[in-house]
Amino acid sequence: MLRVIVRRLLQLVVTLIGLSLLVFVWLRNLPGGPIEALLGERATPERRALLVKALGYDQPILVQYAKFMQRLLTGDFGNSIRSGDPVTEVIGRAFPATIELAAAAMIIAIGLGVPLGYLAARHRGRLLDNMSIAGTLLGISIPIFFLGYLLKDVFTQNMHWFPPSGRMSTGVDNTEVTGFFVLDGLLTREFDASADALWHLILPALTLATIPLAVIVRITRASVLDVLNEDFVRTAEAKGLRHKTIRGRHILRNALLPVVTTIGLQTGALLSGAVLTERVYNWGGLGTLIYNSISGGRDYPVLQALILLAALVFVVVNLLVDLSYAFIDPRVRVR
Amino acid sequence: MSDPITRPTVGTPRESVDSSAVEEKREGTLPRGIDRLGERKRARLEQLAQATADKGGVSLLRDAFRRLRRNPTAIVGASIVALFVLVAIFAPLLAPHDPAQRFDELTKNLTVDSIPGASSEFPFGSDPLGRDFLSRMIHGSRQTLFVGVLATLIGLALGVLIGAIAGAFGGWVDNILMRVTDVMLALPALLLAISLVAMASRSSQWTVILAVAIVNVPIFARLLRGSMLAQRESDHVLAARALGVKQGSIVLRHMLPNAMTAVIVQATLTLSTAILEAASLSFLGLGDPDINRAEWGLMLGVDGQRYFEVRPELAYYPAIAIIVVALGFTLLGEGMREAIDPKSRR
Repeated sequence: MLRVIVRRLLQLVVTLIGLSLLVFVWLRNLPGGPIEALLGERATPERRALLVKALGYDQPILVQYAKFMQRLLTGDFGNSIRSGDPVTEVIGRAFPATIELAAAAMIIAIGLGVPLGYLAARHRGRLLDNMSIAGTLLGISIPIFFLGYLLKDVFTQNMHWFPPSGRMSTGVDNTEVTGFFVLDGLLTREFDASADALWHLILPALTLATIPLAVIVRITRASVLDVLNEDFVRTAEAKGLRHKTIRGRHILRNALLPVVTTIGLQTGALLSGAVLTERVYNWGGLGTLIYNSISGGRDYPVLQALILLAALVFVVVNLLVDLSYAFIDPRVRVR
Repeated sequence: MSDPITRPTVGTPRESVDSSAVEEKREGTLPRGIDRLGERKRARLEQLAQATADKGGVSLLRDAFRRLRRNPTAIVGASIVALFVLVAIFAPLLAPHDPAQRFDELTKNLTVDSIPGASSEFPFGSDPLGRDFLSRMIHGSRQTLFVGVLATLIGLALGVLIGAIAGAFGGWVDNILMRVTDVMLALPALLLAISLVAMASRSSQWTVILAVAIVNVPIFARLLRGSMLAQRESDHVLAARALGVKQGSIVLRHMLPNAMTAVIVQATLTLSTAILEAASLSFLGLGDPDINRAEWGLMLGVDGQRYFEVRPELAYYPAIAIIVVALGFTLLGEGMREAIDPKSRR
């Protein structure tokens, strides 16, 4: 087990170093070169010369890369071109919003997807199964930003069930503790703030959950179908075990392994989807930040940090998923 | 250098391995009992060969194709795709108007919060610039097909190149190439596409196509490499190696064709995601800035978004078109996967 962890950690380090190289090269090949990209419209010859010196662009490329890495490792990403604030601060403000949204979406996707996939497999070929297959196909074929607008139109403009955008209604008092508004309300006992934040969260989370939900339903269904044909399920049934026991201990425990892998891989879909979803609902998280740092004059320091952060989150989540195997599947522990 | 697939083989070329000559030589040297046994075996083999010869051997691909034709999923998918391609080919004949022409009868009714709807002359109404929306939808099929197919083909070509090299050589070449794909896969697809588009000083149709293509490269590469590595260990490659087939020939003619099926299925599925990803980039304002270009993703992502409250049809029609076409490619791909998958052969 320890060897597996060590090997995966080494792989992770290699990937991250590769990524830093990629970003290093990327930054150097931006239109107009890195200096123009960093200075934007404020470029004057003096500033340019100053920045060249400050960033060490007059030094050998290896020294430059070493300095670049040093800055990354100390968390110094420079200042945002748009606001002038340190990049870490800008990202720190937006981070909880996206995590809250992504977590809610994942809860919806898993909470609905696993039972639905299980039921579809158990009722193979019947109405429920066919409907879930049709639903998942539609789910992966619909542009999610369009779905977002559609949901927004139906549930906020026509029915007024949900608020149209943002994370919180104006005028609701909330004290920020963690930045996760639903959680903050619970911690500070401002339950109305919590409820309001939850109300704002539902539609965006549903929109963002579409693709992971579709994928999880499909994988769960396929995986449960595989397990249902196994001898041990028949044995368990023949032994007269209770239906609940067979479902939990025998079918789901075995069928969920591929599902867990998928959940890890869907983090990527969530991060991609967040860019689109946050734009639709004006959410103000990392996705909005990515959009703003591209469309409103390119804000490369922020963009660079966001790219690294997204990749880091994705790789670490997948590492954790791999390691969690050991707890779910005893066979991995032995190997 | 990493270990090559074949050890350099010394010996006779393929043609000189004459089976009958070998057998004659053997018969002379083998003891009697074994000889009779060998004869019985040979008779049985001939019988078996006869039995399959009568049926007429069916190649793996033809077999898969036969199953494909019976698969309702694949038929629905193929029909949608065929219809889409036909519309794209005959777009100039089908479209009632020039998609780029602005009509006076439409522009005169055009205001910020009202866009003319359906009329007998213009069944889908106007777009925000007073052009015939139906004609733009029909012509849009061409551009959408173009973007989807080109992005997929470029991604496929690069991915196959990387995957084939990694799978053929193995060893450190494989290691390095796979670490590169790891890095690319570590970035969420849309974010990678965004960073690629950001590298261009001005976005154009080509930046979109290239960005979407490159996002798919690591997926193709990994897939092909996986099945290439599986091929390396397989019996027919061993046989080819034993017969003295050249290394390059083994890779190109024995391993690659057999490893490509999974990649082709993936390419069909990618056609659908490529169209969706291109639409997403347009939605984020990173699409083609050419206002005359009629492409569904662009129409949905730009005008559909901007005028959703004024005239939602501007979003609905391209969205429905995209959903149906994406569904078509997905169904076709799923059908192909089922046809190839040995599990479904029973």
